[in-house]
Amino acid sequence: MGIESLLKSNILVTTVDAVVNWGRKYSLWPMPMGTACCAIEFMSTLASRYDMGRFGAERLSFSPRQADLMVVAGRVSIKMMPVVIRIWEEIPEPKWCIAMGACASSGGVFDTYTLVQGIDQFIPVDVYIAGCPPRPEGVLDALVKIQKLVEQDSIKKRK
Amino acid sequence: MEEKDLDLQTEILVLNFGPQHPSTHGTLRIVMELSGEVAVKATPVIGYLHTGFEKLSEHLDYNQFICVTDRMNYLSPLNNNIGFAIAVEKLLGIEVPKRAQYIRVIMAELSRISDHLLSIGAQALDLGAFTVFLYFYEEREKLYDLFEWATGSRLTTTYTRIGGLMRDLPEGFEDAVKKFCKGLPKVIKEVEILLNRNKIWLGRTRDIGVVSGEDAVNYGLTGPCLRAANVEWDIRKMEPYSSYDEFEFDIPVGENGDVYDRYLVRMEEMRQSMRIIEQAVENLPEGPVDIDNPKVRIPKKDDVYNTMEGMIHHFEIFMKNRGFIPPVGEVYSSTEVPNGELGFFIVSDGGRCPYRVRIRPPSLVNYQVFPMMMEGRMLSDAVAILESLNIIAGELDR
Amino acid sequence: MNKRPEIEEIKARFPESYIRDEEFRGDISIVVRKDRIFDIFKFLKEDENFLYNFLVDVTCVDYLKLNEIERFAVVYHLYSHKNNSRIRIKALVPEKDTVISSVCSLWKGANWMEREVFDLFGIEFTGHPDLRRILTPDDFTGHPLRKDYPLKGRGERENFKVVK
Repeated sequence: MGIESLLKSNILVTTVDAVVNWGRKYSLWPMPMGTACCAIEFMSTLASRYDMGRFGAERLSFSPRQADLMVVAGRVSIKMMPVVIRIWEEIPEPKWCIAMGACASSGGVFDTYTLVQGIDQFIPVDVYIAGCPPRPEGVLDALVKIQKLVEQDSIKKRK
Repeated sequence: MEEKDLDLQTEILVLNFGPQHPSTHGTLRIVMELSGEVAVKATPVIGYLHTGFEKLSEHLDYNQFICVTDRMNYLSPLNNNIGFAIAVEKLLGIEVPKRAQYIRVIMAELSRISDHLLSIGAQALDLGAFTVFLYFYEEREKLYDLFEWATGSRLTTTYTRIGGLMRDLPEGFEDAVKKFCKGLPKVIKEVEILLNRNKIWLGRTRDIGVVSGEDAVNYGLTGPCLRAANVEWDIRKMEPYSSYDEFEFDIPVGENGDVYDRYLVRMEEMRQSMRIIEQAVENLPEGPVDIDNPKVRIPKKDDVYNTMEGMIHHFEIFMKNRGFIPPVGEVYSSTEVPNGELGFFIVSDGGRCPYRVRIRPPSLVNYQVFPMMMEGRMLSDAVAILESLNIIAGELDR
Repeated sequence: MNKRPEIEEIKARFPESYIRDEEFRGDISIVVRKDRIFDIFKFLKEDENFLYNFLVDVTCVDYLKLNEIERFAVVYHLYSHKNNSRIRIKALVPEKDTVISSVCSLWKGANWMEREVFDLFGIEFTGHPDLRRILTPDDFTGHPLRKDYPLKGRGERENFKVVK
């Protein structure tokens, strides 16, 4: 008796956070800031063998206003860094960032006058992928880690 | 009723194309001055991927620099490795054994196929034909499997060493290559059926981005961009290196020098590459892959572990601040990579690191033609022309 | 040993510019002074015997740590389609007077290569249509590929806005 018998199994009781995060994590729209060789491996992850569409992230967005995940794939030079910072600021909240490869994480093989030794000095990075270039499975693993981060997010706490 | 002539005030619009843009070719930026849809002037701005390879070369020894050459034209890294190894071997005045030369030819041609597959795939993707990208990408994945089997890495292979190769081909590699060469022509044929007489493709690529043969030579173009403009020139035929004169192949040449001809030249070059690979695999000689000079290339592991001289030679070549010592002199050596002529100008002062390495990038010289091709064309032709020149930012900016 | 005809011709026509010629592993290079470099190239490009119609590369070497007559040498590589021959010309440029004439009017492909030499070494090319930096940012100071410039730079790679 009671309201449960009237409603049967048509109602799901949950929190707003859980539903919103569930929707967000399975339809991330990545924006590839692909500069060098890691961009080619990122393209391999999108192609048919290591399909990123299985994880819901195959819709690439080249416009930062429509993206929520920025993947910096490749080395970032001093001429390109202001561009990366500006584009990061243009992405609306909530947003996450993946530093793909050794060069984006820490400068990689190249310790020269013109390469930024790790973009995390200037923009907040959530997941780093090691490798030069990382295998597509590594990129998918990073995507799953981002999905776990999205799961723990809350619409109240974000500024 | 009289019609007044409206005095419309028009202005040139300056539009920034890049460096972050949907076209797949990396950090390229073009400042376009548009009058309506027509580009009055297009000025490329480059340098967004400048890494300082040439400065870095003065601090790395010759074998270490090979891993940096991978990152130049990252669509076909084996060609860069082979180009640099040939340049340093010219400086040292040594010649690698026949087996190593044939294996280098096989790897270079497989890598050329890989580059053209992605170049045409990306070109088709940007002009709207997504299917071609996926079809060619699956073939590229098969190539990546082969590369990983032989060299250990999909993309940054670092396969050659000065005086030979990293290691010999594994068992069964030749059969796998033959199997790949049987499967690829069918895919190329399918894509030709999709594209060659497609009205949209012809409309977007015919008579776009035309460069005449004379202009092409004056600008310094090389590779498919030059051959499509009806100039028959290929370093593999004119100045053969690494036993290319023992193989039979043709050089495809276009007629008009437009985007469509560059596409046709690349498709045909893939077929010719397969011809070379089949001949190389048939006639692959037996023997060592490294030269027998322990001052340049490490001796066999047997000797390294069991003899004093073997161990000393191994350390002399590989330890930090060690390395082999070349003679004093300067050489320039060029090879035919998928984009054109890749040249290395090495100045040696007799030390373990080069004094200066200059990389002559085909992409930089090919890109100079772009403003001339773009004048008077519409904005959407910019994408077609840019893709057909196959500019790789890693090589352009170094 | 028979020397290549180009060397003899240049010695004959431009005796005050010619310094020496070298041969190493089959490559011929001629070292000249920078004063009449445009005329030398015009001759090599247009003479019927040589017809060096293809400019392969323009680059520069900083001979600070080696003993060469001047500090810089602008190195040109030429190729002749007709004769299938290559040649290298090195024009010595002193440190106090880093100016040399441009060859853009002979070969349009020299444009960006000369801009790169200007950017990375600081050598000015007179007669160049648009001489400005090409690979480094516009506000960069210094010329990175000179031997006295440090590999790790002078702090340019650290001053950017921090976004949190």
